Amino acid sequence: MKLIYTDSLVVGAGLAGLRVAIASKERGLDTVVLSLIPAKRSHSAAAQGGMQASLGNTVKGMGDDEDIHFQDTVKGSDWGCDQDVARMFAHCAPKAVRELTNWGVPWTRVTKGPRQVVVNAEKVTIEEAEEAHGLINARDFGGTKKWRTCYTADGTGHSLLYAVDNKAISLDIPVHERVEALSLIHDGKRCHGVVARCMITGELRAYIAKSTTIATGGYGRIYEVSTNAIICEGIGQALALETGVAKLGNMEAVQFHPTAIVPVGILTTEGCRGDGGLLRDKDGHRFMPDYEPEKKELASRDVVSRRMTEHIRKGKGVDSPYGPHLWLDITLLGRKHVETNLREVKEICESFLGIDPAKDWIPVRPTQHYSMGGIRTDKTGQNPQLKGLFSVGEAACWDMHGFNRLGGNSLAETVVGGMIIGKYVADFCQENTLEINTGLAESFVDKVRNEIDELVEGPGTESPFALRKEMERIMMNYVGIFRNGPELEKAVTELQALLKRAKNLGLKCKKRHANPELVEALRVKRMLKVALTVACGAAARTESRGAHAREDFPQRNDKDWLNRTLSSWPDENALTPELDYEELDVMKMELPPGYRGYGINNAIAHPDTDKREKEITKILSELGDDADRYQRQQALMPFEVPEALMARNERLCDNLDRPASAVPGEESEGEQAL
Amino acid sequence: MSQGRTLTFNIFRYDPQEPGDKPKMVKYQLEEAPGMTVFIALNMLREHQDTSLQFDFVCRAGICGSCAMVINGFPTLACRTLTSKYPKGEITLMPLPGFELIGDLSVNTGKFMRELAERLKLWLQPNLDDVDVHRLEAPMAPEEAAKLYELERCVECGVCVSACATKQMRDSFVGAVGMMKIARFELDSRDERTVEDFYHVIGNQDGVFGCMTLLGCQDNCPKDLPHMQQIAYLRRKMAGALV
Repeated sequence: MKLIYTDSLVVGAGLAGLRVAIASKERGLDTVVLSLIPAKRSHSAAAQGGMQASLGNTVKGMGDDEDIHFQDTVKGSDWGCDQDVARMFAHCAPKAVRELTNWGVPWTRVTKGPRQVVVNAEKVTIEEAEEAHGLINARDFGGTKKWRTCYTADGTGHSLLYAVDNKAISLDIPVHERVEALSLIHDGKRCHGVVARCMITGELRAYIAKSTTIATGGYGRIYEVSTNAIICEGIGQALALETGVAKLGNMEAVQFHPTAIVPVGILTTEGCRGDGGLLRDKDGHRFMPDYEPEKKELASRDVVSRRMTEHIRKGKGVDSPYGPHLWLDITLLGRKHVETNLREVKEICESFLGIDPAKDWIPVRPTQHYSMGGIRTDKTGQNPQLKGLFSVGEAACWDMHGFNRLGGNSLAETVVGGMIIGKYVADFCQENTLEINTGLAESFVDKVRNEIDELVEGPGTESPFALRKEMERIMMNYVGIFRNGPELEKAVTELQALLKRAKNLGLKCKKRHANPELVEALRVKRMLKVALTVACGAAARTESRGAHAREDFPQRNDKDWLNRTLSSWPDENALTPELDYEELDVMKMELPPGYRGYGINNAIAHPDTDKREKEITKILSELGDDADRYQRQQALMPFEVPEALMARNERLCDNLDRPASAVPGEESEGEQAL
Repeated sequence: MSQGRTLTFNIFRYDPQEPGDKPKMVKYQLEEAPGMTVFIALNMLREHQDTSLQFDFVCRAGICGSCAMVINGFPTLACRTLTSKYPKGEITLMPLPGFELIGDLSVNTGKFMRELAERLKLWLQPNLDDVDVHRLEAPMAPEEAAKLYELERCVECGVCVSACATKQMRDSFVGAVGMMKIARFELDSRDERTVEDFYHVIGNQDGVFGCMTLLGCQDNCPKDLPHMQQIAYLRRKMAGALV
């Protein structure tokens, strides 16, 4: 058995994983990153639109601050998020953006003076301040009150990933490429590393570490059509689940993005709509104002996706061999804008559709996009059940997204989460010793080896490819944008049947090295368990919240469901995960549950909401009018981040004579929506 | 788009780890579907005809650069190559030359790119060492930022390397990818390195003076990066550094 020792082990070399690795290495810790692929190919590269951070440099972002970013994030989450975490995040996002500048990200910058933009289908001239010239620019995104999304054209993920990976290379952090983690090594209380397989040679290795950080991204590929890279298969979540101890959070919270191209499901960025693009139906009619007169195309993603689906169900979709779709129209932005700020979109349209988006409409429909659920962690990124197991980024349920993530908040989460959690991981490594029990490691390696032996030499006959296809179809058909009891029950039953069949997998290709069929077989068994946590969680949650929309329970039910779903798999032979729930405490919230701003307000209130609102009014009145926004915030919900990140963020408005244009809560919704 | 025709794939097969295995071309046939790409076709072949077939894809959207291979003689990204592009319906797939072969169509571009980055120090070496992340960022000319992004769009697919005759003849040549990245950092006002520093890295036969200007890099780059322009620019700069 090959043993590799390190202090900080990171599984996954996307933005979140690399950022944690950098934080460890900067603290002088021995650090190793495992990755299925070269780091720069990670799915982080695909993020086009940008990352939210309340810099407030542009005229449309003037007056923005952590408070407004926090409020947008909590409302966006449909009050499902951990408000402490949302606070930590909003506070550190500007720091992460500025840090990345020094690592090489060529953020798109503000040009002083007048410029023409498209707002609500009309050309408007805005004037950028002289003092803002050369500072980091921001674009508009859905569900945000200010233009807050920092970007580099529409290749933001690419330029961030390249900068962060370059930083990792400069620090000499080894990335073990084409290596797949297949099991966590643990004793039921503490995680000691992973068993991993080299996908080139087939070699099994035990990586033993003080801390193990799972940063493997989302589980979108359990669905048939997804915007995710084909490596986003939920294996990180499955590793945690298969410990039988660690719990996953909110797995049923799955986001559909409104504008993926038809049929292949490749994403066109929300920046298309942020920059002024419109959604049209088969008659060329712009339908979003009919449903969401205030926010229109820039309502939250879950809302736009549902409205599109509703509109298609009314027969307003455009027929195609792949089913009905709608149109995304960015022609009104003009060729120059499309060819500079949306050039990836242009390339995708040319290569996959053979159209020119500067003059043709783009066929789009809502498609699986993001996993809000993941490995449950506390505020420091550590799993509450397994000490030494951390998770970050889309793999985790750190829970700043609740039941719906805002555009621009995922790229931000990777680097901001990595920045914060990276420090906690480093702390953990410094405070704990390496516990080496080779017998324990060997038992986990043997288990994986036996699993492989059984697949290669066993009598099984089931094809991993066929099982995978069936799972994807079930998830797409029954656990999609709109959900209901009978369909979810059907999904659970059918997935369980597949999981049974997965015990009888057999391979045609008998190689133990470089064998794609073996890789598929090892994954599909794990993916089925992840799929079951999604389907079971969705079947149990009899309310609608964020992206989880139950046709049979259309109300958001704070009275019974203001909680987080936890799933675990204690009996490895069981066909169903165990579900339990973690309450969200209204009395500790800075922003108690309220109206999110879309459709009719039909939420069933939590009994504590009124009580908490009265308490907030009292706290604020006791503070008096002299208290600034930091004091008010601290009085309502004190939060902490690592000491080095506690300082306040400076903004352009601090240096300008004129006052910030807004105090949170004092603008009308209409003004803010502009 | 033709529908229902039968495509013929001639695919390079070789497993360097399998004792006694010899490189060979294997023929497969597949019914074409509307909108089919080489990505879709290869997956169907693997699922239904030969589960041992090795190839690489990650984003399948032209963003990550994993799936470069030689298609009917030209190196390109397989994910966004439509099968309808080939009127005869015959498609020959070879692995990218110039990289370690993992098996069949899969090559180790990641190992190559990491080694190149370490050798040429392809990361920003900031002139401001300790930036205060709590304070306002330093301004940058918007035009500079836009230009940097233009050069930064390289996806490390390896096409330029495999399309480069100089690289095929001299293994130590840094290739267009190396020079494009050097050009990107040379242009960046935040980077402390001078022209002289870059001269020590690429002012030789392995760098700008080794390039034979055959332009395979520019002709095949799936991101349409201006390789020719950058190499010429670097040559001028490097020549200037000598004076």
